[in-house]
Amino acid sequence: MDNTIIEASHVSKLYGLNKKDAVKLMNEGLEKNEVYKKTGVTVALWDVSFKVKQGEIFAIIGLSGSGKSTLVRCFNQLLKPSSGKILYKEKEIEKFNKKELLEFRRNKISMVFQNFGLMSHKNVIDNVAYGLEVRGMNKEERHKKASEMTSLVGLEGWEYKPISSLSGGMNQRVGLARALANDPEILLMDEPFSALDPLVRKDMQFELLSLQRKLEKTVIFITHDINEAFKLGDTVAIMRDGKIIQIDTPENMSTNPADDYVRKFIDSADKTKVLSVKNIMITPSCLVRENDSVKIAIREMQHNSVSSAYAVDSKMRYKGIVTIDDAINANKENTKVSDLIKKGPITANEDTHISDILPIAAETKYPIAITDEEGILKGIVTKTSVLSSLVE
Amino acid sequence: MNDYIFEFPKTWQFDIGTSIDDSVKLFSRNHQAVLNGIKSNVIEVIQGIDWVLTHIPWIILILIIVYLGYKASKKIAVGLSYGVMLFLVGTFGLWNHMLETLSLVIAAVFISLVIGFPVGILIAMSKRANRIIRPILDLMQTMPTFVYLVPAVVLFSVGTMPALLATTIYAIVPMIRMTSHGIVHVDKEVYEAALAFGSTKMQTLIKVQIPQAVSTIMTGVNQTIMMAMSMVVTSAIIGAQGLGLEILVATNRVEMGKALLPGISIVIIAIILDRLTQGLVNKNEVSE
Repeated sequence: MDNTIIEASHVSKLYGLNKKDAVKLMNEGLEKNEVYKKTGVTVALWDVSFKVKQGEIFAIIGLSGSGKSTLVRCFNQLLKPSSGKILYKEKEIEKFNKKELLEFRRNKISMVFQNFGLMSHKNVIDNVAYGLEVRGMNKEERHKKASEMTSLVGLEGWEYKPISSLSGGMNQRVGLARALANDPEILLMDEPFSALDPLVRKDMQFELLSLQRKLEKTVIFITHDINEAFKLGDTVAIMRDGKIIQIDTPENMSTNPADDYVRKFIDSADKTKVLSVKNIMITPSCLVRENDSVKIAIREMQHNSVSSAYAVDSKMRYKGIVTIDDAINANKENTKVSDLIKKGPITANEDTHISDILPIAAETKYPIAITDEEGILKGIVTKTSVLSSLVE
Repeated sequence: MNDYIFEFPKTWQFDIGTSIDDSVKLFSRNHQAVLNGIKSNVIEVIQGIDWVLTHIPWIILILIIVYLGYKASKKIAVGLSYGVMLFLVGTFGLWNHMLETLSLVIAAVFISLVIGFPVGILIAMSKRANRIIRPILDLMQTMPTFVYLVPAVVLFSVGTMPALLATTIYAIVPMIRMTSHGIVHVDKEVYEAALAFGSTKMQTLIKVQIPQAVSTIMTGVNQTIMMAMSMVVTSAIIGAQGLGLEILVATNRVEMGKALLPGISIVIIAIILDRLTQGLVNKNEVSE
């Protein structure tokens, strides 16, 4: 079943008088800058289409002026697209009447702003409760709900403090709590952590991920930081000059960038945080079964000219490693492989990020065995391949 | 030939002034009853304010000012100095004139706030209203004040009423401008947040825009008071009672000392009013 919750379909947004001419020129394939020079029309968004699945974090990344903030404002109609549609569960939100739009904003979608957008004349709890207040909830009820949200984002005890007494990170926690208090299905986040310093930003990213897992909200997350997009996004869309260039998972995007622009963008990212072990593992050259005799193991190793072999059971579950030295010593006593198995280096899951196995890879004598959830051997990662992934 | 180059042709000059005079006079004659009705009502209000002020014992008024000065500045010395200054006006023998001036200022400021605040909101919200009202505001502010003293006199004859009208026209402008400015310049994200969480236009205005604009609006109130204060003196020439009249009379008689004392009194009142309302502005900013 299609679990799309919200969708942009051929959305364009133009600012200026001569829109018709501009549309014509854009259709002829001119660049945004040329169109502006010829018609004076700014093309903020051009033919943007994508679907956001229920419960995912959809990250949109682009430099300033790429149209990402304009795009996110189309989803709650703070801006109306010049053409194209925004579909919420297959309903066109441009066609909502005033009341439906209010209901949509009050119950289904909420927003977190780059500079927080907090109301300085209200204290923390009244800011958090704002969405409930305009909905007409009585004071007692909305304060109860708001204080739950305030504790959820870790601001317990700050409820009656003025906004001016909060630090940047705390401000954004209030912004997040306010957005969550409405219990929306969709959370729009417009560069929510850009104004925060790096350490606080990391905290907040972590916080967002854990909250999202707990509450299972759909998040549309705008950022200009590729690391942030790759860290948070289940799907990442990259924007340039009002157009979407590529939409993909972080991993596919970093392995198959659509063009040079995307490649450049990705190069600025720390690859080890994006690439998982899967991308650099190789098939083990030498496998032995735990029931094989030592003779077979020795022959295998000699044949492949390696000094160690990976031992697996009959279902390919990883058991450990056997070294050639041990095997030759044991050969005289005619033993089986299972008697010689050493616990090899720590194994890793194939979805582990490379950055996480860096310290192990640097220490270990043998390649790291990579297994899936059931312990089945999928491949190995050598020290060389880890290091070369850093250089690339 | 020369005449036509260096002098503007006589045949192209029209006597528009006289016809305007005539039409204003005609209007005033035809609507005498209405104008008199307005006049007597307004004068009653001003006399009411004056009655209240004159029935506050002078010492109480001074104590109130001391207290407000202390509240606004958080320094008892400041409050006391305001009290001493006000006491000085009393020693000049100008206490009652001061009260007359004050009641006119209070009435003008009150009308300015009551009309200026909603008009300010209107031009902040509606582009069309803005296009129509802005130039009128420019006109009201730049037109030399004496020019509209005259129609005020024609409509209401000499006295308190035309003085109030002229003062209000002059003083209302900053109230409108600052209210509008404050609302238009509410932080964009705060405004967007209000909308994004499903506020109606009215909710956005009342719950977010006006509270966020309060300190700018208070600056408008402060300026309105100051402008009313200065205009009230000028309007003495069309019959406003109070300190302005004292200065006018003394000036006509070339009595410098007699002109100086009411002059100083006006400065004192202006300073006190300015600091007290300024204190309100700052208080709002601190609490933000």
